[in-house]
Formats: sequence, C-alpha cells, structure tokens
Amino acid sequence: MNGIIYFSIVLIGIGSLLAFMRFVKGPTAADRAIALDTLSVIGIAGLVLLAYVFERYIYIDLALVYAVLGFIGIIVIARYIEKAL
Amino acid sequence: MNTLYDILYYLGLGFVLLGSIFLFLGALGIFRMPDLYNRLQAGTKASTLGAMSVVLGVGLMQPSWLIKLIVIILFIGISNPLSSHALARASYRRGIRPFFKEKIDAYEEEVKREKERREKSRTKENSETIKEVTE
Repeated sequence: MNGIIYFSIVLIGIGSLLAFMRFVKGPTAADRAIALDTLSVIGIAGLVLLAYVFERYIYIDLALVYAVLGFIGIIVIARYIEKAL
Repeated sequence: MNTLYDILYYLGLGFVLLGSIFLFLGALGIFRMPDLYNRLQAGTKASTLGAMSVVLGVGLMQPSWLIKLIVIILFIGISNPLSSHALARASYRRGIRPFFKEKIDAYEEEVKREKERREKSRTKENSETIKEVTE
C-alpha cells in the first residue's frame, strides 16, 4: 500500500515541475504570480504528505506557516500589479 | 477496533490519490491553457480541491494529527479563492484582456464608470481649491 503514496508523491512532483515551467515561461507578471500561487499550494500538500511518510509532526506546523506566508505574499503582489501600493 | 483503523486508512489512501490527481490536473491546466484567466480558473479550483483532499486523507490515515490538519484545510479553503480573486481583479485593471473576444463585458463598464467618477471628484476638488486661492 506504500506504492499508492509514492505514486501520489511522483504525481505532485510532476505537477510542481509543470507549474515551475509556467513560472519561468509566463509572458506577464500576473502569470508568474498565478504559477507561484499554485506552487505554494502544491508545496503545502507535499509537505503534509512528507510529514506522513517520515512520521514527523513538525512538518505540519511548517505547512501551516507556509500557507499563511504564501497567502500574504500573493495578496501583496496582486496589490502591486494593480498599481495601488 | 482494528477494522475501524483499517477502514480509515484505506479511505485516507483514496483521498490522497484523488487529491494528487487533482493537483496534477491543476498544474497541467496552468501549463497548457492559452490565457491568463483560463489559467487562473483551471489552476486555482483544481489545486484547492486537490490540496484539501490530500490533507484530509493524511488526517484520516493518522487520526491524532486531525485537528491541526483541519485548521490547514479551513485556511486553504478561505485563502485560495481570495488570492485568485485579487489576482484576476488586479490583472484586469492593469489592462490584460481575455484572449477570446466577448460580447458582454460588464466589468469594463464598471471600471470606466469608476474612473469617470474619480476624475469628476478630482476636478471638483481642483476647482474648489482654485476658488479658495482666488478668494
């Protein structure tokens, strides 16, 4: 049954690679911000899954802090794109 | 007692698999879609559902962690639509238009009206200050 978890980790890794390619390629700044948002969400899910695989409770705190900081960062970038900052 | 944990374990495995598939599809949508708004639509919804499902699955497999994981789920469910809405609004006001032409664009009229209102108030303030100065 560990195979399913490894398969999902591989899927999440391929997904983060695709989002990173959009982050490199994206024509405008807003595209890059969208890719960064998706990358942070994928990172949260990956951290929680790795916490289960390595049996470390501390990674969940890390995921929570990463979620809060990523949200604040995206809001700040959006205000900056809007020329309101 | 043992069978209950077994049932929760298999349920959690199913949730993790489903969530990772949704995360992969969201990232594929981010990579493949032709337009900023399509990308936002495909990426944010699918990745929100996927992340919530993966976190819930891990919480079912390890029930002693469930409380903090529910906090993470609630936070993702609140914050991710908010950030995508802020990004769409910002990029529309910046002047990025959808790739496919639309017949009705209500938000453009709203933005125009707001701009006119702002300019009118600004000119009124200017005339008032001019009056004050001349008096």
